[in-house]
Amino acid sequence: MFSFIVSRLLQALPVMLVVSFISFAMFAYVGDPVAIMLGQDFTEAQRQALVQELGLDKPFFVQFLTFLGNAIQGEFGLSYRLSRPVAELIAERAPATLELALCAAIIAMAVGVPMGVYTGLYRNSWLSRIFLTFSLIGVSLPTFLIGILLILVFSVWLGWLPSFGRGDVVRLGWWSTGLLTWSGIKALILPAITLGLFQLTLIMRLVRSEMMEVLRTDYIKFARARGLPNRAVHFGHALKNTLVPVITIAGLQLGAIIAFAIVTETVFQWPGMGLLFIQSVGAADIPVMAAYLMMIAAVFVSINLIVDLLYYAVDPRLRIGRGRGH
Amino acid sequence: MIRRLFLVAAALLAVAGAAEARTVRWAASGDPNTMDPHSQNVGTVTMVLQQIYDALIARNQRLGLEPGLALSWSQVEPTRWRFMLRQGVKFHEGEDFTADDVVFSITRSLQPTSNFGIFVDTIDHAEAVDRHTVDIVTKAPDPILPNKLASVYMMSRSWSERHNATRPQNTRQREEMHTVRNTNGTGAYRLQSREPDVRTVLVRNNDWWGWADASNNGNVTEVVFRPIASDATRVAALLSGEIDFVMDPPLQDLNRLRQAGNTRVLEGPEVRTLFIAMDVGRDELLYSDVRGRNPLRDVRVRRALYQAIDIQAIHRTTMRGQSVVTGTLFPEQVNGYVREEDVRLPYDQARARAQLAEAGYPNGFEITLDCSNNRYINDEQICQAIAAMWTRVGVRTRLNAMPLAPFFAKIQRDDSSIYMLGWGVPTLDALYSFQSLLATRNGAQGDGIWNFGRYSNPQMDVLVQRMKTETGEARQAAIRDALRLYREDVPHIPVHHQMIPWAMRSNISMPHMANNQPYFRWTTVN
Repeated sequence: MFSFIVSRLLQALPVMLVVSFISFAMFAYVGDPVAIMLGQDFTEAQRQALVQELGLDKPFFVQFLTFLGNAIQGEFGLSYRLSRPVAELIAERAPATLELALCAAIIAMAVGVPMGVYTGLYRNSWLSRIFLTFSLIGVSLPTFLIGILLILVFSVWLGWLPSFGRGDVVRLGWWSTGLLTWSGIKALILPAITLGLFQLTLIMRLVRSEMMEVLRTDYIKFARARGLPNRAVHFGHALKNTLVPVITIAGLQLGAIIAFAIVTETVFQWPGMGLLFIQSVGAADIPVMAAYLMMIAAVFVSINLIVDLLYYAVDPRLRIGRGRGH
Repeated sequence: MIRRLFLVAAALLAVAGAAEARTVRWAASGDPNTMDPHSQNVGTVTMVLQQIYDALIARNQRLGLEPGLALSWSQVEPTRWRFMLRQGVKFHEGEDFTADDVVFSITRSLQPTSNFGIFVDTIDHAEAVDRHTVDIVTKAPDPILPNKLASVYMMSRSWSERHNATRPQNTRQREEMHTVRNTNGTGAYRLQSREPDVRTVLVRNNDWWGWADASNNGNVTEVVFRPIASDATRVAALLSGEIDFVMDPPLQDLNRLRQAGNTRVLEGPEVRTLFIAMDVGRDELLYSDVRGRNPLRDVRVRRALYQAIDIQAIHRTTMRGQSVVTGTLFPEQVNGYVREEDVRLPYDQARARAQLAEAGYPNGFEITLDCSNNRYINDEQICQAIAAMWTRVGVRTRLNAMPLAPFFAKIQRDDSSIYMLGWGVPTLDALYSFQSLLATRNGAQGDGIWNFGRYSNPQMDVLVQRMKTETGEARQAAIRDALRLYREDVPHIPVHHQMIPWAMRSNISMPHMANNQPYFRWTTVN
């Protein structure tokens, strides 16, 4: 078990290295931070001075290695745009994104799994048809459009929920939470639904097809033959066996939710990391972009690891397989 | 008896009304990047800071000069301006405002880490004469120094020294400077709280010297600024009543906002002119199929491109009427504007083709138009229209539209044959435009720093020199001559002055300002 974790962590290193290299190489194309920092009026001498100050006159690999060296020490420098330490900026925004992503994932699981089970069991009922149609919309409509539609209905027409921002937040140490105030919870509803909708429909369809598959297997037939009640067959045997792929997908999707919160955060002006990233792209704020991409890579790597460990817990066959020394 | 009760009730209501908080919730797409008054010279920063800080000289609702922290000023010698300061002014944290603070603030804005070079470029140093008199000594006579000083905000020396902020924010520092998130001005509003990218709250400074003046009739007690990047969300927030004032509503939503009933749209011109600049420096044009020569060096080709543009169609369709068509370099709010020179070459496709043939390009040529797609109102659409119009007369135009960061990087590398630029004039004087855009680039501060087409005309350079040093009628004449030359030589193809719509809830009234800055001292909430 321990060696498994270590080997996984070692595999993660080259991934991180490649990500950091690719993202750093991309920055040559996002624009010239110097031009943006200097504004409208400057002399060539001022420009040269700033280029030197930022170390942009050095060869690419020197810049990259400097960046990597600093990054290993957790030092990402000062944001070009906001003149504040990057690590502090990201730490400030992380709670907003994580709360949003977590709520979206919970909505997706809590609604998607029951809906998937229902549509798997009662394939031809009218409710299943409604669910399936609804899931088609969720899969095919782009996130920003869903967000705007929700704003139009619930903010502009009905006036029930706020159209942007995070509401009032409460500080718990360095963490800021919107879950403890009424306005914070109200502000969370629309973005969380927008962000979770795609995942919700995905999980629903996945659970449905897995359920249908499992229900055809022999052990379900035996279970029924033993006279087990429907509830035990459906949830104790069938659902449990559909969970392995669902955990994989849901886990990986959690990473995707955090990474792709960018669009939702932009639509709802949600003050999270995604919004910070978008604004940094606009200003060619390389230190923030680099740190963000590294962090997202780290999130994906760790989620993968956690998913692998969860397999261990859910599927006994894996434990036996490794025990034999494969 | 009943009547008296009414009177008492009315009086009580009036008292209650006076004490009631009048809040304006204000949104725009961009958040100020810093609260340092001498660091970044950009509109999103100034729009907040000018509520908090005062300059020696203030601007009135028509952008004219008015006494600010200085009550009067005069040019006592050609290179020496004297400013008599207002007495009894206090900073928000209680310090007295004195001549020493002026000397400090001028020195601070002269630091290399300041982005305000254009406003202080001619200043040699400032010296305090007595507690309430300051002399500013310039390197050469500067007739428009007061115009420039209207943009240089005054800070407290003792406060800045106490917080280790005697220089504007420097990128090399590993630590954040105090002034990035804190302020201490003398202005009408105090900064109460600031969460970058989330919320900036200003509260009324009841001790502000300006409230004694009847023209500062605003009644706003609190301003809450919230950046909202998404256009649709910004409009939705205004319609749903979560926001009272939107500074940059998208053009396609204006009609809806006009008809919504509880919102209204205020329109006015901005001091920002869009034009097409051309590479007239290279011997062979980049991104073209012409080999060995540069068609844009020929004034007939430049005129042909000019006359191929159906500007009324752009005004009507692309801009939905929200633009002021122009034939010159800057709008009438700028000192030096001459109406007779604001005339376009007429739209005439046949004439355009004829001039191309005369210049030796009967079959036209290929060209790439570089354009930003998120900097000016409808910039990409304008360029699309122009590219189609040029193609129609035979100049086959590829459009290269990109976000502002790569766009500015590209043109600043001189890596463009033809591009569209929008130019604002913060000093409200013609020199700024001519010097930055049309003077020969020679490495000197300000000369030709935005002249990426490398236009160079000795006549123009002489006129720019005269604008820098001469005064009175001679200077106005130099500007007039430069505007004439601009029309004849066609270094740019003018497009239009941008109109800026502001949208607000019906209970807010405020003057529309051509510098695209709201002034809450003049804003009332009913």
